Amino acid sequence: MSSTSSDSSPAGAAGSKGTYRVKRGLAEMMKGGVIMDVVTPEQAKIAEDSGACAVMALERVPADIRRDGGVARMSDPEMIEGIKAAVTIPVMAKARIGHFVEAQILEALGVDYIDESEVLTPADETHHIDKFAFTVPFVCGATNLGEALRRISEGACMIRSKGEAGTGNIVEAVRHLRNIIGDIRKITQADSAELFQWAKQLQAPLPLVQEIAETGWLPVPLFCAGGIATPADAALAMQLGAEAVFVGSGIFKSDDPMPRAKAIVEATTHFRDPHILAKVSRGLGAPMTGIGMDEINQRYAERGW
Amino acid sequence: MLEQLGAVTRQVRTPADLAGVDALVMPGGESTTMSRLLDTAGLFEPLATRLTAGMPVFGTCAGMILLADEVLDGRPDQRSFGMIDLSVRRNGYGRQVDSFEADVAVAGLDDTFHVVFIRAPKVERTGDTVEVLASHEGVPVLARQAQVLVASFHPELTSDRRVHAMFLDMVHTSAATAA
Repeated sequence: MSSTSSDSSPAGAAGSKGTYRVKRGLAEMMKGGVIMDVVTPEQAKIAEDSGACAVMALERVPADIRRDGGVARMSDPEMIEGIKAAVTIPVMAKARIGHFVEAQILEALGVDYIDESEVLTPADETHHIDKFAFTVPFVCGATNLGEALRRISEGACMIRSKGEAGTGNIVEAVRHLRNIIGDIRKITQADSAELFQWAKQLQAPLPLVQEIAETGWLPVPLFCAGGIATPADAALAMQLGAEAVFVGSGIFKSDDPMPRAKAIVEATTHFRDPHILAKVSRGLGAPMTGIGMDEINQRYAERGW
Repeated sequence: MLEQLGAVTRQVRTPADLAGVDALVMPGGESTTMSRLLDTAGLFEPLATRLTAGMPVFGTCAGMILLADEVLDGRPDQRSFGMIDLSVRRNGYGRQVDSFEADVAVAGLDDTFHVVFIRAPKVERTGDTVEVLASHEGVPVLARQAQVLVASFHPELTSDRRVHAMFLDMVHTSAATAA
């Protein structure tokens, strides 16, 4: 394995919290897993029973946010606490892009990860949150490698491809994963002089570009989100190179959430085994209906800078 | 990391993967999730058989929970293999905001070992047959019983290979004894 920072800690035996390694460490533990959007403690229990490695606590799943319109904000703390009390797995929650006070509140509530998310209405159209200022780790979305590296340079410890949340359509997630991973592959082939041009083109810090050239991967885990509705979708994301998946509306907007949730967990674990994928894909009832990209008027993926 | 130390590794997801494996690492993750997947993959029983027969195993964090005799604050349907006589409390060190790193002294190693705890389990009792190899603030964090090594921290998140080397020594000794 690669380690980008020194192993020594100035805090010594007493112990230090909120370090980069501790924050990234939890993301490492979720690799190979499924993080599910839930809106009630009951749904959180179903998610945990189905084998989710974490839940995302929110008031409305993205499909409903899309349908209802209006301003989407951080969830009610009472609702987040209800979900925290219902499960033993990590609980994540969303803050608006740039809304560092929502993030402060989520940290005070003791959530395990904050998603600075384009699914909520952005609070700042220029700046993202300074994520180094927090003990709690952050995940951020990205549509391309430059965006991913800008978020990492602000302190994100996990990147998820954005996809297009609430559509049940995998096409944008595939585009974003291919963008990110394709450029990583090209950078590993670049010579040292070309890396300067890559940094300029990606609008990303040169040291992070150089690190990718050396290690062949992002310095933090890359997960997939936005449009996963079936076990096959989850396995597709994993085979393309995602290290875990977020499933939002896809589970609790389907006809029968529990079997679908279990099937997506198994598909994510055994993502290279078509026989297991065939077995778990059977008889799940109808998936969420989903929508085509030409039918939507607001692309959440365009939020973020 | 084990490959850097000369071992050949593979991932075990199904009972078929388990054949031909001499020793096993049970890694970190969510123990409730892992327990469920062990059942659905039909891996729990074959694995229990191999472990009872003496296959060396190294459980880190969630892996430690899966190997412990007694799990506190687990889910009622959560299963563990009961391969080491200790009681462990899930998330005993708290939530992610309480996760931390520190230096600990490890028996048999000259210098301290830097360890990372992520929503770590806390050992609350160890049996007489368990050898405690490292502690943090009086609580065991690395322990061994026969062919079972467990850690509540994540040795794979730092670049120090000494604890992994300790496990490979166990594996080699076990193979030599069996031969």
